[in-house]
Amino acid sequence: MSDISLGSSVAGVPEAAPRQPPALTTGPAAWMRANLFSSWLNTAVTLVMAYFIIRWALGFIDWAFVNAIWSVPNNQTQACRALKGSDHPGACWAVITEKHRFILFGTYPFEQHWRPAIVCVLFTALFIVSALRRFWRWELAIVWAVTLVAIGVLMWGGVLGLEYVPQERWGGLPITLILATFGLAFAFPLAILVALGRRSSMPAIRVLCIAYVEIIRGVPLISLLFMASVMFPLFLPEGINIDKLLRAQVAVILFAGAYLAEVVRGGLQALPKGQYEAADALGLSYWHKTGFIILPQALRLVIPPLVNTFIGFFKDTSLVLIIGIFDLLTAGKTAIVEPAWQGFGVEVYIAISLVYFIYCFAMSRYSQNLEAELNRHRVR
Amino acid sequence: MSQSATDPRQFRAPPKKPLRLSWADERVRAIFWQVLIVGIVIAVVWWLVRNTQHNLEVRRIATGFGFLNREAGLPIGEALIEYTPASTYFRALTVGVLNTLKVAVVGIILATILGTLVGIARLSKNWLLAKVAAVYVEVIRDIPLLLQLLFWYTLLQGLPGPRQALNPVTGVFLSNRGLKLPFLDWEVGHSWGLMAFVVGCCGLYLFAKAMRRRQMQDGQPRPIWPAAIGFLIGLPALAWWLGGAPVGIEWPALRGFNFQGGMSVSPEYFALLVGLTTYTAGFIAEIVRAGILAVAQGQWEAAQALGLRPGVVLRQIVLPQALRVIVPPMTSQFLNLTKNSSLAVAIGYQDIVSIANTTLNQTGQAIEGIAIIMLVYLTISLSISLFMNWYNSRIALVER
Amino acid sequence: MSAALAEGHIASAVRADGPPAIQLDKVNKWYGSMHVLRDISLQVATGERVVVCGPSGSGKSTMIRCINRLEQHQEGRILVDGTELTDDVRSLDAIRREVGMVFQSFNLFPHLTILENCTLAPIWVRRMPKKDAEELAMEYLRRVKIPEQAKKYPGQLSGGQQQRVAIARALCMKPKIMLFDEPTSALDPEMIKEVLDTMVGLAEDGMTMVVVTHEMGFAQQVADRVVFMDRGEVVEQGPPEQVFNRPSTDRLKLFLSQILRGH
Repeated sequence: MSDISLGSSVAGVPEAAPRQPPALTTGPAAWMRANLFSSWLNTAVTLVMAYFIIRWALGFIDWAFVNAIWSVPNNQTQACRALKGSDHPGACWAVITEKHRFILFGTYPFEQHWRPAIVCVLFTALFIVSALRRFWRWELAIVWAVTLVAIGVLMWGGVLGLEYVPQERWGGLPITLILATFGLAFAFPLAILVALGRRSSMPAIRVLCIAYVEIIRGVPLISLLFMASVMFPLFLPEGINIDKLLRAQVAVILFAGAYLAEVVRGGLQALPKGQYEAADALGLSYWHKTGFIILPQALRLVIPPLVNTFIGFFKDTSLVLIIGIFDLLTAGKTAIVEPAWQGFGVEVYIAISLVYFIYCFAMSRYSQNLEAELNRHRVR
Repeated sequence: MSQSATDPRQFRAPPKKPLRLSWADERVRAIFWQVLIVGIVIAVVWWLVRNTQHNLEVRRIATGFGFLNREAGLPIGEALIEYTPASTYFRALTVGVLNTLKVAVVGIILATILGTLVGIARLSKNWLLAKVAAVYVEVIRDIPLLLQLLFWYTLLQGLPGPRQALNPVTGVFLSNRGLKLPFLDWEVGHSWGLMAFVVGCCGLYLFAKAMRRRQMQDGQPRPIWPAAIGFLIGLPALAWWLGGAPVGIEWPALRGFNFQGGMSVSPEYFALLVGLTTYTAGFIAEIVRAGILAVAQGQWEAAQALGLRPGVVLRQIVLPQALRVIVPPMTSQFLNLTKNSSLAVAIGYQDIVSIANTTLNQTGQAIEGIAIIMLVYLTISLSISLFMNWYNSRIALVER
Repeated sequence: MSAALAEGHIASAVRADGPPAIQLDKVNKWYGSMHVLRDISLQVATGERVVVCGPSGSGKSTMIRCINRLEQHQEGRILVDGTELTDDVRSLDAIRREVGMVFQSFNLFPHLTILENCTLAPIWVRRMPKKDAEELAMEYLRRVKIPEQAKKYPGQLSGGQQQRVAIARALCMKPKIMLFDEPTSALDPEMIKEVLDTMVGLAEDGMTMVVVTHEMGFAQQVADRVVFMDRGEVVEQGPPEQVFNRPSTDRLKLFLSQILRGH
């Protein structure tokens, strides 16, 4: 019963010349009429909003650019302070000019800053490579392993002629990226196991997995981080000490694992039953069936929500501030503790927001595009 | 199916397979794996408990919840119940739970309102409004909540002191000591009015139901807005008038270095509430938008073609279907907001996490302190999800 | 396709007296700058049954949707039952009450039972008591031969059953005119007949109908007039045997050859 299209085969038939629609239905004027001034109410909304947007934008430009101070000599912030109290307040970007290295890399030895800088580039490159479809192969796992090792070598040093830098001196953006990326790398396999366990036919395993997921998801991340900072040391035999960053990393992994497990489970559930039956019919063992047929398809289905979850815990790594780990946000907050720079928090927080925003916005755009693409495939 | 139940000859129980002790039997394998994994989990837990016990002994930390009855000696800035530093730890923790609930409940209400408005604005035909809403959602969701909280708090602290407080509307003062609002000089008449309002809500609900029933009988729709005015405005006004019609309003006034009188909102609470509300609203907006979009265009068209008025289409066709899509993700946003309120500790609002944290630092009883935090949140999470599951099953029942 | 349907044409019920049920007068419509309806002029008399056919994208659905203003035309006039379609909400309400519509994708309300689907509009638009509305609905459900499904939900019915419910739902408003927008295009072949039979029954009762369809058997049996549209224009119209057997334009000849090859 499909529709029939005549196509161009009747091109010989004389056709009335296409007539233009009546005026005011196309062109910018019509667009504005339809989208901004279609009714009295709409016109009022447009005008009021335009007024506020323009006013606010002008105020912001004045504050952030026109009246701003970009640098001051030798921590002499009097000019900035005078500006704050004046009738034409302006931003004191000098705090960023002065402190940006500290905010980005923390207390890492100053002349070695190129190392964490390369680490940040490596992490970003790793994200980009993982995002490209043509690299979605098993070899990607090897790339991850190699990169993570390289990152470890760069940060610690002590080999290849690199100066050793103890972990206590790491800080800033690399810590944020380490927590998020290592968190993902370890939480993901954990999540797959838990998701499979939750759908297992063995009741004991199912109960264990459900308990893990529901308890972790029922409590705030902070409580897990507190646990990591004050309770983990009690759990281990005397004399064994794990450093704070690693403990926080474990908490992040446990946390992310539970949320990712739910996403993976969604994918397992969304997979048509026929796929399971087909795999059974081939006589494959459980692990073969899961590894070759079920997981590759289920994971592909849930990539957009996986990316969204990753964005979520990329942001959540900032919570380590509360247990005193030196990530990007903590570094920013510490930068304004110095008396000379006190009171310029807004500028620093805006700068840090920009860093987080760039990463998260790129990832969320990516996930939206991917979702649209996957949907298009499914419709066909 | 019903035949086999009535005719016993056609029904036969499946044969019971005897359990063979062989690796080839699937059930034997299942039991083996379960015993193995549960065994490992128990062993690990036992090892951790042993270590912990040993460590506690070495460090001479007492265990148990006995500390709850000791004097806390920690000052708390804002409390919904009476509290002094001489009160017990138990009372201090109760204050913390109430403070958590205070910010979570108000936050959920405000975030739902703001989020719904933004979600609808994103679907607006007005291009400017839709774009502004879209930018809001994108920006607010891509910046960590903790960073936003610190930002709001810093912004509040950067405000002038009480003497130069901002005064946008008469009686409203915004300074680095928080927000001051005029408030009713509470008298018995106000309580009467409030009670009458609650009664009016119930009355209106019953009235509307009765009117609907009568419409179903004779077909004539009856406007309920006159009754709504009567129940929601008239009745409380009457009660207030009978209660003596008190009109006193307490205005905040500057005395010495700070304001006295009126209603006061601390900067910590204000920053936390603004941060949680604006952040969660960004997520709720997307949920609302998706819910409305989930109602297919054909549903609107079919309803219009039948000649139904827009109000009826919204109430009878669109909302019941959109809510079905909206409620489950909305529940998890409510849970998220509640859990995120624990970030209060970073800006010094004394919620349960903040007070439990101080408690465990003072007493050294880390395990108990963290157990309390987790228990409180698990209870809240469970209550919200139970309530939402009940509500969800109710609207799902209408469906199928 | 539907050989059983093609047994002779049913009697015409056209009443030439009085104003036409539907009148389109040089109607034009654009999507952006795409001209989708070009000077469409068409009259449908009371009791007349018009079948509209044409290739996809020819504007036939758009035209039928303009008749109850699910789409707005930009030039020309549309009169339904003597009332002109304008922005006036009251006249629009009045027109929609008199015009029933059946969609390609049924568009039943999934959260309401079959019975509730049928009673919703009589209760809220016709202000009928619930009991009367339910009796009316049951009467029409019997007519489309599915009274036993009244308590079920749309998702539990087959496509053909759903489309028959959609017809019953429209009939419950006792419309003077019925519009059908490709009512069988979304159905499996074995379900098409049950829907077409229902429509034939409706035609026998003298309902004014405008049907967009590719079911040529149905057109031959039921239509008083067949309208062929292409590229937003009415290319040819006339009694079915004239249009199908003696097409005068190349476009119609090509369309007919393709549709015959398609079967």
